[in-house]
Amino acid sequence: MRMTFMVVRRLLHAFLLILAVLVLNFLLIHLAPGDPADVIAGEMGGATEEMLADIRKNYGLDKPVYVQLGVYLGRALQGDLGQSFFYNAPVLELVAGRAGATILLVTTALMFAIIVGTLLGVLASHKPKGIVSGLVTLLSVVGYSAPIFWTGMMLVILFAWVYPIFPIANMYDITKGGGFFSRAIDILYHLVLPAITLGIVYLAQYARLTRASMLEILGSDYIRTARAKGVSEIKVYGHHALRNAILPVVTIAGLQFGSIISGAVLVETVFSWPGLGTLAFDAILARDYPTILGILFFSSVLVIVANLITDFVYRLVDPRIRKEG
Amino acid sequence: MRKIGYIAAATAMLMTVGTAAIGQADEPKNGGTLVIGSTQKARHLNPAVQSGIATAVPGTQIFATPLRFNDKWEAQPYLAESWSVADDGKSITLKLRENAKFHDGEPITSEDVAFSLQTVKENHPFKSMFAPVTGVDTPDPLTAVINFDKPHPAAFLAMSSALLPIIPKHVYGDGQDPKSHPANNAPVGSGPFKFVEFKPGEYIILEKNPDYFIEGRPYLDRIIIKNYKDPTSVALAMDTEEINMYPFLAPTKDIARLKKNDKLIVTDKGYEAVGPVNWLAFNTKNEYLKDKRVRQAIAYAMDRDFVINALLAGQSKAATGPIVPGSPFYADNAEKYDVDLDKANALLDDAGFARGDEDMRFKLTIDYIPGSAELQKGVAEYLKSQLKKVGIDVELRASPDFPTWAKRVGGHDFDMSMDIVFNWGDPVIGVHRTYLCDNIKKGVIWSNTQSYCNEEVDKLLNEAGSELDQEKRVALYKEAQEIIVDDAPLVYINVLPYHTAYNKQIGNPPLTIWGAMSPLDEVYIK
Repeated sequence: MRMTFMVVRRLLHAFLLILAVLVLNFLLIHLAPGDPADVIAGEMGGATEEMLADIRKNYGLDKPVYVQLGVYLGRALQGDLGQSFFYNAPVLELVAGRAGATILLVTTALMFAIIVGTLLGVLASHKPKGIVSGLVTLLSVVGYSAPIFWTGMMLVILFAWVYPIFPIANMYDITKGGGFFSRAIDILYHLVLPAITLGIVYLAQYARLTRASMLEILGSDYIRTARAKGVSEIKVYGHHALRNAILPVVTIAGLQFGSIISGAVLVETVFSWPGLGTLAFDAILARDYPTILGILFFSSVLVIVANLITDFVYRLVDPRIRKEG
Repeated sequence: MRKIGYIAAATAMLMTVGTAAIGQADEPKNGGTLVIGSTQKARHLNPAVQSGIATAVPGTQIFATPLRFNDKWEAQPYLAESWSVADDGKSITLKLRENAKFHDGEPITSEDVAFSLQTVKENHPFKSMFAPVTGVDTPDPLTAVINFDKPHPAAFLAMSSALLPIIPKHVYGDGQDPKSHPANNAPVGSGPFKFVEFKPGEYIILEKNPDYFIEGRPYLDRIIIKNYKDPTSVALAMDTEEINMYPFLAPTKDIARLKKNDKLIVTDKGYEAVGPVNWLAFNTKNEYLKDKRVRQAIAYAMDRDFVINALLAGQSKAATGPIVPGSPFYADNAEKYDVDLDKANALLDDAGFARGDEDMRFKLTIDYIPGSAELQKGVAEYLKSQLKKVGIDVELRASPDFPTWAKRVGGHDFDMSMDIVFNWGDPVIGVHRTYLCDNIKKGVIWSNTQSYCNEEVDKLLNEAGSELDQEKRVALYKEAQEIIVDDAPLVYINVLPYHTAYNKQIGNPPLTIWGAMSPLDEVYIK
């Protein structure tokens, strides 16, 4: 009973949150000067008065903003995100067509950051004053402070000019045919640079976080006890220390899901990755209101789902929470 | 009947145009894929209701037009194998090819021509292209007679490139709005390439049309147009040979860099018709700028050579009037406004604006289109420092994005603005709009946003617009341009440094006046 109540409350919260996101974004977008008709005229190299009026009428832009908002929300609640103003396609189709690429990029980057970051953190905590630890700290500071687009561009220069090993744009090579398997390999190949670029910022944070919490835990009583009773060093690190040290990493990773999606916009832009980020960027420049709102709607759902997953993972790694229910 | 074109041995002629241009004797080969890189994203693929480069490049492959043009501004047979103009100039008769079919196998008839022209007239933003058209007669399936209420020489260029795609009536005539027709995303045309796949903002895939109405063409098996986020990534993709052609390449750094790659050829040929001009526009209603002398003074203050050679690395040509050099209507007779600061100062003194506080006469703002920093912001910054020398205090007003800028300039809320406007082939299509008194339309970008009005210019332009005799027409445009340049509603700076970079493996690159916005049915991979 209590559980059901909690789930219902959660869902209600999520729903209100999404509604608030939609309303706020709708208003913000309409505050920007210029409208889609101007962009379409620009795209066309000119237009007539009648044509501009026609475009505005077709898109309902001739009505007051609150009416537009009402119409939009009414449709959105029925699952209709509308027709893109810029592309000749429904928003749902555009977003669905791009979502996979973004989810792939974001989860790969996050996994890369968590796994490599944690490992580096553990490695650094082993000899807190050693060379490895120093290197990890240095790398973390650099990785964390370098702007994501800069890292991306440096990698592009490195791998386009100096060592042309990895592709620097797009998700796969459309000129290549081949079956599902070779396409999958090609996607992974194209994924390397964008995933590293996006992951490196978070990797740095997780490495520092793991290092710090490992150091704290390694000094605690039960670790000394474990060592005293002759548990192997690997087991001390892996079984006793890391399981506790990883909790803050999980929390942070869950919280950061939102920011990693916004990071994806930059990374996708640098690498022409055909995800929601590039779509959002173009949509904003084109004042393509329905598409922008559709993307924001989708990414807020994504963040909310990610938070729910984090809760779940937290329960999995921390028995104390599991028991409390 | 005055004959303008004739059943030329179309194939042979077109071959010479393509090959003679680069002087190659190689035999074209069948097969291969042309991969074009572009930053321009197509909204959809139907040029009948959407102008602009992004739709025109794929659109001209999918849809055939009645005519096409060579690199000497001469009309060539395409879907129409011959054409003639009535003696009074008020009609053009097109004779269509017998064997032409749409990609779905339906034959192309004069009904389709009439339907396409009607669709374009009603929906295309370039209203002046077919404004004088009163109707199209279809006496038989292969004859279309276009009637005008006055002679309309602009119709010839308006029947080429992406401007009059022949769209199938049996597909688009179903009553749906052609602007949002589902077929716009998967069109059925009759051009050298058929539609395969369109991923908005990502790529477009086209494949050879085996039943193309020109025997033996096209040579290529496929064309892929790939979208990139920014020009630098497209240029890099040229280097890594991920793509083999990059039309509409504009950043001068990339042009200079790609020119050094010995696997590539970089040329500025193929942009004569599109005629893109970079200029400084005046709001002639402004209290200072309404005085012609002030506008002329500003023109004299700018050193065009400095802009072209220093700011644009010498990769761009000078623009000196409304019509670009390279067009048959270019006016070489008009004032060039070579830099002369003394003259500029004298004109400003003469206009009665003496130097006051801090040696300044008055204050003005300059807007510029965001996004093409080199051509717009860079030149605006240069003008600020240059105009200071003649006592005009200039403030740069940045716009965060295109719609913001368009709102300001379209709404006449500006003093001066950098701007880029295209000629689009015939002056009637892309030039008249900037100068005609009746095209001062608030809220419409690239109308006469300068609020410039000179009845004499109106008269000359309108006369030139319906003059069928080419020589007389050239003379009328020259006269009009001379007056416009003297009135100086704009300061003409340069022709956009559009270039096409292509791999040396590419044979018969598109170098006609419409460049890549024309059927690529002669292109082949060596």
